[in-house]
Amino acid sequence: MKLLAIDSSGLVASVAVVCDEDLLGEFTVNYKKTHSQTLLPMLDELAKMIELDLSSLDAIAVAGGPGSFTGLRIGSATVKGLAMALDKPVVQVPTVDAIAYNLAGHRDLVCPLMDARRNQTYTGLYRFCGNRMEVIKAQCAVDIGEILADINHIGEPAVFLGDGTAVFRPAIVEQCCVSYTFAPPHVNKQRAGALAALAIQYFIEGKAVTAEEHRPDYLRLSQAERERMEKEHA
Amino acid sequence: MSKQKEVRILAIESSCDETAAAVVVDGRDVRSNIISSQIALHTIYGGVVPELASRKHIEKINQVIEEALREAQMTFDDIDVIGVTYGPGLVGALLVGVAEAKAISYARKIPLVGVHHIEGHICANYIENKELEPPFLCLIVSGGHTHLVQVQDYGVYEILGRTMDDAAGEAFDKVARAIGLGYPGGPKIERVARQGNPDAIPFPRAHVAGDGYNFSFSGMKSAVLNYLNSCRMKEIEIVQEDVAASFQQAVIDVLIGNAEKALEQTNMKKFAIAGGVASNAALRHAMEAVCTRHGAAFYHPSPILCTDNAAMIGAAAYYEHLAGRYAGLDLNAVPNLKLGERL
Repeated sequence: MKLLAIDSSGLVASVAVVCDEDLLGEFTVNYKKTHSQTLLPMLDELAKMIELDLSSLDAIAVAGGPGSFTGLRIGSATVKGLAMALDKPVVQVPTVDAIAYNLAGHRDLVCPLMDARRNQTYTGLYRFCGNRMEVIKAQCAVDIGEILADINHIGEPAVFLGDGTAVFRPAIVEQCCVSYTFAPPHVNKQRAGALAALAIQYFIEGKAVTAEEHRPDYLRLSQAERERMEKEHA
Repeated sequence: MSKQKEVRILAIESSCDETAAAVVVDGRDVRSNIISSQIALHTIYGGVVPELASRKHIEKINQVIEEALREAQMTFDDIDVIGVTYGPGLVGALLVGVAEAKAISYARKIPLVGVHHIEGHICANYIENKELEPPFLCLIVSGGHTHLVQVQDYGVYEILGRTMDDAAGEAFDKVARAIGLGYPGGPKIERVARQGNPDAIPFPRAHVAGDGYNFSFSGMKSAVLNYLNSCRMKEIEIVQEDVAASFQQAVIDVLIGNAEKALEQTNMKKFAIAGGVASNAALRHAMEAVCTRHGAAFYHPSPILCTDNAAMIGAAAYYEHLAGRYAGLDLNAVPNLKLGERL
């Protein structure tokens, strides 16, 4: 089976095509430029390189959130448009799961950290048994202290990755009681290759939706909704 | 030689709080015009919340596009061009339509055209007035824009005047809020104003200095707020209907004033209005009277084509297509895109 994956949930823009056991190609850019301008040209470039016939795809995968609200929507609208026009199913992979899958096979607890602003992180906890990923704590938006307490409680060595590691390094140094490492640069951010590899598993498990059904999972209300609810509670 | 093939355009619009898609043939024949309005969603916040608008767009966009195709009895195979609004508007909202349109264009190898939202409003006039062709004068009045434009040719505009501060529709929204009518202000003020006296309160008619055609509405809005405050201080009863009618008349007088000046000075014999506020019946009647006085033909779109919609984007996209101006896969949303600008 052949699957296209797109991730524009953070600073990284990444597209990849996986066919069964092979990554046919991946284009990943971690540079400040609008995803809106880069994403489709990247896909076009990759498609030309690997002579991709879009109609041969079995499904299209997307980092389904959390992440930058606008970034998520650029990816989602792109995937919804592609999947509708090509009549393909969509596999929506939780962003944090996909980041964790960069470290498939790792022996430590895998803890992606995305900078969620407002002193929070989008995070989760994962453990690998070979290439099978076990979700210990599903992706969530929490204070950094909460996830570090979870790790301390489990008491196993941990590996951190994601764009939040830079922001939260002081907190990790201060609060983490287990031995820990940081993932190296080539696997420490969103990579559509990892997203695609995980999406194939999800697809086989029947976790696909239609293009119409797909929408990002922000894990967070908008500021206006939040303020309105706070006002109502007050 | 066979008859030239008709051009079928799928148009997408998501610049503010309506998710819309339409199929338009040869720029003027609307086969479907689907609008998913978010007014109910934003009403509790008293205005459009950009993040909520963007979230709603992504939820609705596929459904709206599919409905537009279904109603036009077409599939992507029948579409020759895709048109999409890429500015001006709310950037997060615009990006949904732009990313979606680019993806469809890429997947189906259908040429893509980026459309200026205000050009869309102007082109709404072509849909129901098959005989209307440039050159003509056009007054565009909406929640975000107030422009007096000379349409010299398809896609060629000379801006004669614009608002120096608030858009006319924005002033409607603010005044509506101040007199307790809420959002959206335009239709609510119009409705209440029908029961009021437009001469009850002499709100100032602001004229921008110089010999141009610029507008100013923020002073008018402040005058209403000051009037309301002074009534409250002096415990004078506020007659909502009279405030609405007097304010609306003041706005109309200013709009009409510049429009009439333009008719006199350019000697144009065709005048059109466009934009959300163009559905205001009092404005339409006043403008029509001015045109009659000057022997000019008057054009206006039906209310459904005044509001944000994709049929007007399809009309504008057609003329961009004829001019051979296509967008690339790197088309971006441009929130403050200028009228007549091509990026």
